Amino acid sequence: MPSTEDEAYAVWQMLESVCDPEIPVLSLREIGVLRAIYPVGQGWQIVITPTYNGCPAMAQMQDDVQICLQQAGLQAQVITRLSPAWSSSWITDEARDKLLAYGIAPPHHQTNVAGQDRIRLVQKKAVLHVVCPQCGADDTTETSHFGSTACKAMYKCLACLEPFDYFKPY
Amino acid sequence: MNLLSDYVLHLADNALILGQRNAEWCGHGPILEEDLALANNSLDLIGQARLLYQHVAQLRNDGSHEDALAYFRDQQDFLNFTMLELPHNTALAPSAKTERDYAVTIVRNFLFSAYMLLVWRKLQHHADTQLAAIASKSIKEVDYHFQHASDWLVRFGDGTDESHLKSQMALHFLMPYTQEFWNSWPGSELVLGDLHHLHADWTAMVTDAVSQAGLQFPSAEGYVTQGHLGVHSEHMSYLLADMQSLARQFPGAAW
Repeated sequence: MPSTEDEAYAVWQMLESVCDPEIPVLSLREIGVLRAIYPVGQGWQIVITPTYNGCPAMAQMQDDVQICLQQAGLQAQVITRLSPAWSSSWITDEARDKLLAYGIAPPHHQTNVAGQDRIRLVQKKAVLHVVCPQCGADDTTETSHFGSTACKAMYKCLACLEPFDYFKPY
Repeated sequence: MNLLSDYVLHLADNALILGQRNAEWCGHGPILEEDLALANNSLDLIGQARLLYQHVAQLRNDGSHEDALAYFRDQQDFLNFTMLELPHNTALAPSAKTERDYAVTIVRNFLFSAYMLLVWRKLQHHADTQLAAIASKSIKEVDYHFQHASDWLVRFGDGTDESHLKSQMALHFLMPYTQEFWNSWPGSELVLGDLHHLHADWTAMVTDAVSQAGLQFPSAEGYVTQGHLGVHSEHMSYLLADMQSLARQFPGAAW
């Protein structure tokens, strides 16, 4: 029965190859979706936490984890844990650098709790300095709060005029 | 247990029906960015609906399934608020316009997401831990929906004469439907308890944004709709036909 820490570590290592299908430079661990690995009976239980409720990539991620471990001859059961809710602040520091290099501005750290202190706020949001991943200028503007996937907003750099994605704080 | 699962079903139906309605903008948005915004919004709502239907199935423990709940129930079994099934325009027959009015879309999202922010905030602490977990996830999404809708409400109200007029008309048209939010029924009594505080908080939130938009806060008086009891408007069956016909024509279809 696989139960030692070393074996669990080996499973974590194995799952490093499973990436977010929409952001292929990040592993599920780096993006904060892969939460825990437990030995269960003859195999492993893998706990993942979805990013957005309706994110169509979630089913793909589950399948990818399953396939990865199957190929290594391991039994795996993937379970979804909703609470505590996924937060963009779970994205690791090295992953934030990778996002930037990939052309996606990483999220600002969440400082407020959703639905609490913003609840009466309808004024224009404080201007976040989102740095352009192409040229490094911080003279950028939000063109749309909703972008190509649930987790991203669309921005435009006013210096180099290139459009880019911003990973929304969540 | 029955009342709890009825209430969760009501939440699921609200999310699914508004998600389906707003998805009508997909490919028809007034500008590309809004097309994407509404599609994202619907994706969130349908994601919430799925979790909630799965939870209903679990609570009922009678072999219910999320797909059967969404596709194989008829309108009298749906417990969503009537406001969420209305088409995207204020005009009623005989001058019914076929095109969609974005002001109605925005005002509805504004009124409903303000309400859901308060409901989810309360449900985050519910004794049913699965419901509490769904709430703690959904509140983050609804927060974005509320931001989006209130930003546009202010832009419309504070914009051109036409955008001001249209958003004011949408408010007049939709406000009476919000009475249903405060109409206590056994499911809401069990889960939310007394609705007076919620109502006062909601009114404060909504009034803030409406006055900032330079719009009048209209009266909410008039006929009180009863969609949450399964009594729907004439628009509901068309929406369901559109949404359910494929699943019913090809049961068990997969691709």
